[in-house]
Amino acid sequence: MDMTIFSNLALGFGVALTPINLLYCLIGVLLGTLIGVLPGIGPVATIAMLLPVTFSLSPITALIMLAGIYYGAQYGGSTSAILVNLPGESSSVVTCLDGYQMARQGRAGVALATAAMGSFFAGCVATLIVAMFAPPLAEVALKFGPSEYFSLMVLGLVAAVVLAHGSVLKAVAMVLLGLLLGLVGTDVNSGVLRFAFGISELADGIGFVTVAMGLFGIAEIISNLELKDEREVFTNKVTNMWPTKEDWKRMWKPILRGTFLGSALGILPGGGALLASFGAYTLEKKVSKYGHEFGKGAIEGVAAPEAANNAGAQTSFIPLLTLGIPSNAVMALMIGAMMIQGIAPGPQVMTEKPQLFWGMIASMWVGNLMLVVLNLPMIGLWIKLLTVPYRILYPSIVVFMAIGVYSLSNNPFDVLLMMIFGLLGYIFVKLECEPAPLLLGFILGPLMEENLRRAMLLSRGDPIVFFTKPISAGFLIASIVLLIILLLPNIRKKREEAFVEG
Amino acid sequence: MKIKSPKDFWAGLMFIAFGLFFLFVARNYQMGSAVRMGPAYFPTVLGGMMAVLGGIVFLQSLVFAGPKIPKMSFKPIFFISLALILFGYLLKPLGFILALVIMIFVSAFGGHEFRAKEVTILAVLLIIFSVLVFVKGLTLPFPLWPAFMS
Repeated sequence: MDMTIFSNLALGFGVALTPINLLYCLIGVLLGTLIGVLPGIGPVATIAMLLPVTFSLSPITALIMLAGIYYGAQYGGSTSAILVNLPGESSSVVTCLDGYQMARQGRAGVALATAAMGSFFAGCVATLIVAMFAPPLAEVALKFGPSEYFSLMVLGLVAAVVLAHGSVLKAVAMVLLGLLLGLVGTDVNSGVLRFAFGISELADGIGFVTVAMGLFGIAEIISNLELKDEREVFTNKVTNMWPTKEDWKRMWKPILRGTFLGSALGILPGGGALLASFGAYTLEKKVSKYGHEFGKGAIEGVAAPEAANNAGAQTSFIPLLTLGIPSNAVMALMIGAMMIQGIAPGPQVMTEKPQLFWGMIASMWVGNLMLVVLNLPMIGLWIKLLTVPYRILYPSIVVFMAIGVYSLSNNPFDVLLMMIFGLLGYIFVKLECEPAPLLLGFILGPLMEENLRRAMLLSRGDPIVFFTKPISAGFLIASIVLLIILLLPNIRKKREEAFVEG
Repeated sequence: MKIKSPKDFWAGLMFIAFGLFFLFVARNYQMGSAVRMGPAYFPTVLGGMMAVLGGIVFLQSLVFAGPKIPKMSFKPIFFISLALILFGYLLKPLGFILALVIMIFVSAFGGHEFRAKEVTILAVLLIIFSVLVFVKGLTLPFPLWPAFMS
């Protein structure tokens, strides 16, 4: 390893430690924890809601805050998983299994502390991993031509399909629908207005903030309002936070394994916190000698997935920062945030804007430190928040989303569009069609068309070019193999079981 | 014909409809060639793929059994949608504060129970917060009161 990584990190910390960036990092991680704790609102809706607010910030400050929301949500999600048996965040689903059992045995404090320390350790390691792996990857990516980019996007979209619950065919169809919706508006090549039907507001396309808030925010509120909200909170049981010697002995290896598995799964296109936590829990259950205790309050079942989801949340920034390709819905919004700020995401960001690149990486470590220092003492406050009934919460969320989306262009049309996507999202939920692949397709639609056009122009219309260039061929072959594997009957069954288990 | 998997049946139909819709609309644009793709090229390919996939999902739903579609609850759908539309289109004529009042009360009707006192307190707090943060702090250009009052 060469020494430039340290000078780069030093540059990054110089940026991350300025008062304004520290402040927004703090706001980001606190907000992240807040929405992580609260079931019913996730990082996708929150980041979408806050995007308009970031217009007035400098690019680096905006990205630091938004990133903080994502990994902060991983910390917060575990709190409600342990205390209420409700995953505040989808990536905390598996933490419910053992964390809640620990709470019922009066060990809620230990479970919370384990989750926080596992996350912190994972956060530190993942920061280093991002710093080490991003630059060489960016260098490779600089050599990518349009055919490589196109094939990489295909792989990313296929990976999104892998992660979606339920039918593969429906997930692919959702990706296609996303790609098509992404094409609405003026075609850059010909200047033709496509699918706009004379609505002038659609000339610049459908705003992805509008789509994300509708599909993830409004649809979620409507679905939540169908359920009665009942929560049993272990408020008085959080007394002893410090793990025993035995606990320490049992948790350090799972944390280590969780961190590395999580980091690896986070880098994969389509990866991120969710895949990481599921993977780590399954692995730990297999290798641990306490495997029989899983589901009954095993500390390993909290330590490993919590470390993994935080590691995965952070390393999923690698494809974003180096290739400009989002690996999940949150990263898709980060791309949006960069474009709003006038930064074209891609490998050139690292060389052209080193402060931004390294500042963001350094801020992740700073943010993790803030989270562990602030969160444990603030548990009491989070518990109070958990007792806020949903009937108070949801009108507030509606208000913030409406204001956010209206302010995008000061036009009621966006609010209407958000409502339409909310209804569409609700129908998707009912028909078991996952919205995440749609959002990824939506962001990638125009980019994919552009790269496809360029690649075909360069090859004089010969589609074989995608298979004669080795990197591009590799991506495509990987995508095809993935799809075939997914469609094989026994793997399909296994995958469904894996999702049911969670 | 018997529908064995209602979710897939309707999802398949939905994808077919979307696919055909994009295919049909794209016919108004130029197709171009593989070398120089016109604005219709990519959407036509995608729309076609989607319609075919939708068709497969649709046919499968007639063969393989699947779960029923859970009941739709129209009360939250109605009130949340109405709240959003009212806010959007009343903000300019009525001003930020009144539009917020309307949105908060209408959306609160979408829940299981409506407690007037609680919603009133919530509305006051939310309005104070929103005015301070969005209008004063972030200087969003919203009129606070109806045009005839200011």
